[in-house]
Amino acid sequence: MKPSFDVLIVGIGGQGTVLASNVLGEACIIENRTVRSAETHGMAQRGGSVESHIRIDGKHGSLIVPGTADLLIAFDLLEALRYRHYLPVGGKLVVNRHLVVPTSVYQQDLDVPDEESILAALADLDVTCIDAASLAEEAGSILSQNIVMLGAASGDIPLRPETLEEAVRRCVPPKTVEVNTVAFRIGREKGAGTP
Amino acid sequence: MAIRYLLGNEGIAHACLEANIDFASGYPGTPSSEVIDVLRMQKERPFTVEWSTNEKVAFENALAAAWCGVRALCTMKHVGLNVAADPLMTSAYTGVTGGFVILSADDPFAHSSQNEQDTRRYAHFARLPCLDPASVQEAHDMMRDAFALSEEVGLPVIFRPTTRICHSKGDVDLGEVGTVHRAAEFRRDPKQYVVIPAHTRVLHKVLNEKQPALKRRLVELGYNRHTVRGRTAVVASGVSAAYVQEVLPDDVSLAIVGAYPIDEEWLADFVDRHEKVLVVEELDPVVEEVVRQAATKTEVFGKIDGTVPYEGEFTPATVAAALEQAGMAPTANFPAAAPVPGVPPRPPILCAGCMHRPTFYAMRKVFRDGIFPSDIGCYTLGLQLGAVDTTICMGASITVGSGIARSGEERPVVSTIGDSTFLHTGIPGLLNAVYNGADMVVVILDNRITAMTGHQPNPNTGVTATGVESTPISLDAICRSCGVSWVETVDPYDLPVLLDTFRRAKERKGVRVVIAKQPCVITARRSGIKRKPYTVDPERCTGCGACRSFGCPAIAFVDKNATITELCAGCGVCADICPSGAIILEGRR
Repeated sequence: MKPSFDVLIVGIGGQGTVLASNVLGEACIIENRTVRSAETHGMAQRGGSVESHIRIDGKHGSLIVPGTADLLIAFDLLEALRYRHYLPVGGKLVVNRHLVVPTSVYQQDLDVPDEESILAALADLDVTCIDAASLAEEAGSILSQNIVMLGAASGDIPLRPETLEEAVRRCVPPKTVEVNTVAFRIGREKGAGTP
Repeated sequence: MAIRYLLGNEGIAHACLEANIDFASGYPGTPSSEVIDVLRMQKERPFTVEWSTNEKVAFENALAAAWCGVRALCTMKHVGLNVAADPLMTSAYTGVTGGFVILSADDPFAHSSQNEQDTRRYAHFARLPCLDPASVQEAHDMMRDAFALSEEVGLPVIFRPTTRICHSKGDVDLGEVGTVHRAAEFRRDPKQYVVIPAHTRVLHKVLNEKQPALKRRLVELGYNRHTVRGRTAVVASGVSAAYVQEVLPDDVSLAIVGAYPIDEEWLADFVDRHEKVLVVEELDPVVEEVVRQAATKTEVFGKIDGTVPYEGEFTPATVAAALEQAGMAPTANFPAAAPVPGVPPRPPILCAGCMHRPTFYAMRKVFRDGIFPSDIGCYTLGLQLGAVDTTICMGASITVGSGIARSGEERPVVSTIGDSTFLHTGIPGLLNAVYNGADMVVVILDNRITAMTGHQPNPNTGVTATGVESTPISLDAICRSCGVSWVETVDPYDLPVLLDTFRRAKERKGVRVVIAKQPCVITARRSGIKRKPYTVDPERCTGCGACRSFGCPAIAFVDKNATITELCAGCGVCADICPSGAIILEGRR
């Protein structure tokens, strides 16, 4: 049994993957557990594909090896497909039902798979699909989608929900604590409710 | 004091505070930038902190502070050390009295860099000590102690983290912020600080004589350490040591090299006790070369025999594969997990509303057969728009441009360079181009900030690192004082004027400068500038695709027809591009 619980959060630069991973890191500190994580900075984050590795109880390096992640949280369907090889077959994926077509697709006239075919290609995983935009609006701000996603995945994360909520409060901008707390709860309910 | 979840660079910056730092300077460069950013954002700042105009400038300022007996830091990315290499080499001769630490962050895999060079080579070249942390905690601890080490040996200390130290996070045990600061005093000592031949010959000998004791001291301090556990062994350095520990069997010995120069006797003693040794380190085989020299009968595995890759960054899987190949069974075998083929790439892209996009668009429209040397910054992403033909290093857009123009190549040359890069090393190239009569256009992409590395201010921004208003400078005046007589400043959101400016530039000879000036769209948004978004009138859109070539991420297509997404920043340039007037301000139908 490997000693750490490895979460990969993927999305597009600007979607708040780093904030979501900060919540997990902060929650580890609250529970007095070790943690290692790795993020994308610099040029790569300008609207490109980004990944955050978080290793709960990690003691060594911050990188997760493909095929060994315990949980993949994807803020975009195409990014779920791009990083699915980080999960073993049958691994747990929580994915936002949302697809941003890369601009290069239009410029280079590439084929882009649609939602249906992406979900079909992910069918051998344990998939929870979340409509983060509408749930975030329900919570009070479209900007809380990242916390909705984290809430939806939280049932699969070995950290206590009250700890995660406290970590959300510590990590988000002060003015948005209320909205994000609601977003976390709505996400958590939805994540638990999906078979 | 407290355990906190911190970015490597935040831990490093905090360590500087714990070490009572008095002076910090740097030039932004991924993955090093956050160290100065954290220092300059401190509420209490009983020290000097500066963003410098380039790394050589940063280095010399910090060196001078250390000559005044205070503790100084200068930060840069690995390629920045090339720019600062001149003072680096001789600072080893002069030495320092106050602790001087040079942070040069390496970037294996070139995540955000133009090469994969290894700062440890510079340490060897200059004969300076180099610290190479294996974790975020160790980065903090090493940086905290590096200033004292520098003072003890009287030499600058190079601190070499890699991307996966700088941009990893973890639980970091922090100490108290120091409160004792020194008064700077320059003590005149020409034999130390004036490196005329008569002085420097003596200083060179002193530097060489320091080496044996330095090597032993780094072992004594515990930076280079080993545990003997069996007949086979791994020697690892930097972050690779963390990956090794994740998969190392219990009966394989481990030596961790965290500092250079390596004490050969210490290393030979370890190597000699093993039949086989595998060396694991990213970038160059720096440790491996010493291991191979030290080994008398031990079989050595590493990069040189092909067991370990020379390029890229490692993971525990890289180490497991190397262990396997060297005949030392790793504790974990990783499945061969390949990415799904054919997923369309999502490379980084210029933001919606970025001022570089219309500038590149207009430049290509006017100079259809142009050659486009470019530089280091967000605008290197203009590659996707066919507007970047060369990029090699900071400031080289102008020099490569004048070189192409003077080589006899007859097509028009249009160089693009950002404001910060222009001030970094662009100016001497411009002066040279004018002096030697090059025929070229230089476009200064003036977004008022050093954007790519995280929006650090530069002399063109109007504020210092600590937010103090700075003396205004004029790019126009700088260009004119270099001898450029035709300099035009233009708003890149105004496409007709931009096109006209380029057309007029094209008609002239000599060095012509166009300054395209508009704040970075990210900083503009943060400072409260709001522009109304645009929309597409579906009845007027003919699906001609003219806006497709503009390459804005806020324009999507359903079948052939354009739509504008919520990413729209309201620059309005696409409305000028659309030949059927289908792109309009929202609510203006």
